[in-house]
Amino acid sequence: MIEAHIITYREEANELLTELETSLLELEETPEDSELIGRVFRAMHTIKGSGAMFGFDEIAGFTHEVETVFDMVRNGKMAVTKELLNLTLRARDHIKSLLDASVSGEAIDCARGDAIISGLRLLLPEDVSMEVVQSVKVNVPAVELPSGDNKIWRIRLKPIPEIFLSGTNPLALINELRNLGNCSVIAHTDLIPHLSEMNPEHCYLYWDIILTTNRGLDAIKDVFIFCEDDCELKIDLVDDGESDTDQSPRKLGDILIERGDLNPAEMNRILGMQKRFGELAVAVGAVTPDKIQSALVEQQQIKNIRQERAAQDAAVSIRVPAEKLDQLVNLVGELVTVQAHLSQTAAFQNSADVTAIAEEIERLTESLRDTALNIRMLPIGSTFTKFKRLVRDLSQELGKEIEMVTEGAETELDKTVIERLNDPLVHLIRNSIDHGIEIPGVRRAAGKPAQGTIHLGAVHSGDSVLITIRDDGAGLDRDRIREKAIERGLMSATADLPDKDIYNMIFAPGFSTAAKVTSVSGRGVGMDVVKKGIESLRGSISISSNRGIGSTITLRIPLTLAIIESLLVRIDSSYFVLPLSHVEECVELTREDIKNAHGRNLAHVRGNLIPYIPLREQFEISGNRPDIEQIVITAINGSKVGFVVDSVIGEHQTVIKTLGRVYRDVKGISGATILGDGTVALILDMGMLLQTISNEKETV
Amino acid sequence: MPKLIMTADDSASVRQMVSFTLKQNGYDVVEAVDGRDALTKLGSQKVDMLITDLNMPNLDGLGLIRGVRAGSLNKFIPIVMLTTESQEAKKGEGKAAGATGWIVKPFKPEQLIAVIKKVLG
Repeated sequence: MIEAHIITYREEANELLTELETSLLELEETPEDSELIGRVFRAMHTIKGSGAMFGFDEIAGFTHEVETVFDMVRNGKMAVTKELLNLTLRARDHIKSLLDASVSGEAIDCARGDAIISGLRLLLPEDVSMEVVQSVKVNVPAVELPSGDNKIWRIRLKPIPEIFLSGTNPLALINELRNLGNCSVIAHTDLIPHLSEMNPEHCYLYWDIILTTNRGLDAIKDVFIFCEDDCELKIDLVDDGESDTDQSPRKLGDILIERGDLNPAEMNRILGMQKRFGELAVAVGAVTPDKIQSALVEQQQIKNIRQERAAQDAAVSIRVPAEKLDQLVNLVGELVTVQAHLSQTAAFQNSADVTAIAEEIERLTESLRDTALNIRMLPIGSTFTKFKRLVRDLSQELGKEIEMVTEGAETELDKTVIERLNDPLVHLIRNSIDHGIEIPGVRRAAGKPAQGTIHLGAVHSGDSVLITIRDDGAGLDRDRIREKAIERGLMSATADLPDKDIYNMIFAPGFSTAAKVTSVSGRGVGMDVVKKGIESLRGSISISSNRGIGSTITLRIPLTLAIIESLLVRIDSSYFVLPLSHVEECVELTREDIKNAHGRNLAHVRGNLIPYIPLREQFEISGNRPDIEQIVITAINGSKVGFVVDSVIGEHQTVIKTLGRVYRDVKGISGATILGDGTVALILDMGMLLQTISNEKETV
Repeated sequence: MPKLIMTADDSASVRQMVSFTLKQNGYDVVEAVDGRDALTKLGSQKVDMLITDLNMPNLDGLGLIRGVRAGSLNKFIPIVMLTTESQEAKKGEGKAAGATGWIVKPFKPEQLIAVIKKVLG
């Protein structure tokens, strides 16, 4: 659309130039004709003004100089001379050539323009120096960014009675102030005359406006930019936003009560007799009720903002040493245990009163637990930022173009978890940069954009957080991994494994397919360490990959390490706890089923064969197996495995206690917890248990 | 109902630009080619606002503003004058004649709209 304006401007400028020429030639005949001088001036003025509007800055600048001279002529400060007309005609031709050049794109002869201007300057009377073209200034208030704290301003706006004749609408001004911040407006009516003396076209009102805003004085002044001469305007800062929130002196009555010289009832009686200051002031006729109203509003607004500020101050964060938080979480853990005991006892007592209390405490404990755990939560974003730097530096080093995109930086995780995630994530991202993303040339050849992308995302999923590292690189080389795995004896050469199992080979210790060792990766320490790191957080890791398209690594990390949701089970008289995040379902295992399986530990579940581990045998617990056992089916590393127990008791809030030094290295047990009745239950590390068992099987 | 704004300017390109900007922002527009044309039209048509150039043939911007304020139909409308940077003194004259505000040329469409919103309230 702007094109159309420019075309119109060119046509118009050409017309004006023609008119300019005609007028100048006529002026030569009648140099005194003020009407002609006016026409010349106007033509140049329009060429200049509109030229600047549509981006013809050269024309605008040049014409401005000529126009300035003719402004003098118009005001009678200069006479029209032959010389002036010659120069002006040449100037007119120069403008024409500037205009044509803007169409054809020809080079502009600046020297000619400069010569004309210096010629014109010589003609100027000595006492007038040519005004330099000012930089173009725009009077529209620029949108100022809110700066700093809210401050309170008192604005007294008293327009002259004739304000309406300038087309100014005081209401519009007040509304504009409202846009700056919270506003209280008090209209003063004391200047309104008697009806007989009133001019209906005059404004008799004036206003006090108490404005709370974080914009500066300039923003307020800008509101009145057009009418500062038509108004009596007084802008005062009444609260600078920095003074103490409770600086107001204490009231006399309060002090007397505190000293015991006055009791509250007496004070109230005295206060009841006393008229308020405002009422007194009005009563003696010192001020009008409007004024009191206005002052009260100001007082109220200051009170409000101070309260608000006090609330904000309280909301700011405080720094607490991490041990204190750990201690708090430990105590909450104890409390959860005791509360479980209480609930259990209350259930036995069979007393409605005790049960009610126990339930109340259960509810409180639960919210206390959530709050306490929440305190330790931090957004993962700060870690993400660190990785951006890593990607930038490493990709430069390797001559690759890589952009890192993050998502879900606000996802919160336990502080300890975030810290312990750092190293595994660094490894995974390095892998993506080194093995995943190809160098730009290769990428282009493969029809992909030269710049690779690594996407790092975090999202909540139940009681875990899923962290994904996705790249659009080459993907995993299935055949090479297979080759390498066979070479290292991780699988037999004839085995036909699904892709997923082959990808999982890279987690084997010392595994690397990199052709050569780079400074970034390839030494074969890495993925197994990553896996261990993630598992120590009770998390899991999985890979999916598409050759040529890219690979995605997903980490599932529990929100917290202190308290977990779990499934409580029993074998004989021992209790065990299985993290609920891995549990998929529970099914029954009857004697009949065992017989039908012919000695193999496999169960039929809806047509699928699921291997199971009888925990009773595993832990060598004596006693008889019940007729009907339970299989807790879990998903570990993507495959389903059942754990056989005597009975499933139910969901349990498990406060994790670490095992003592002696038991720390027991495989398959990650910790212990104390049940409501004081019994200890062991927490099973199912992944580790499975691995231990399969290793045993292989060595046998 | 959309507000009706008059643009008085002898420059067709400026008129076109102002009209276009106003219409795009939901205002109705009446155009006038100079002060006399504007004053004649304003004698019989109620508008909500006037945007006028100062240098115009036949009747200049100041004359137009004085004429509008002396009339009856559009006596109290906001009037915004277009000035160029060399006319700082003109602002004072314009204000004295009864202009509400001003816009310095060259201006961008959004600046024009900001000023219109400001004076129309």
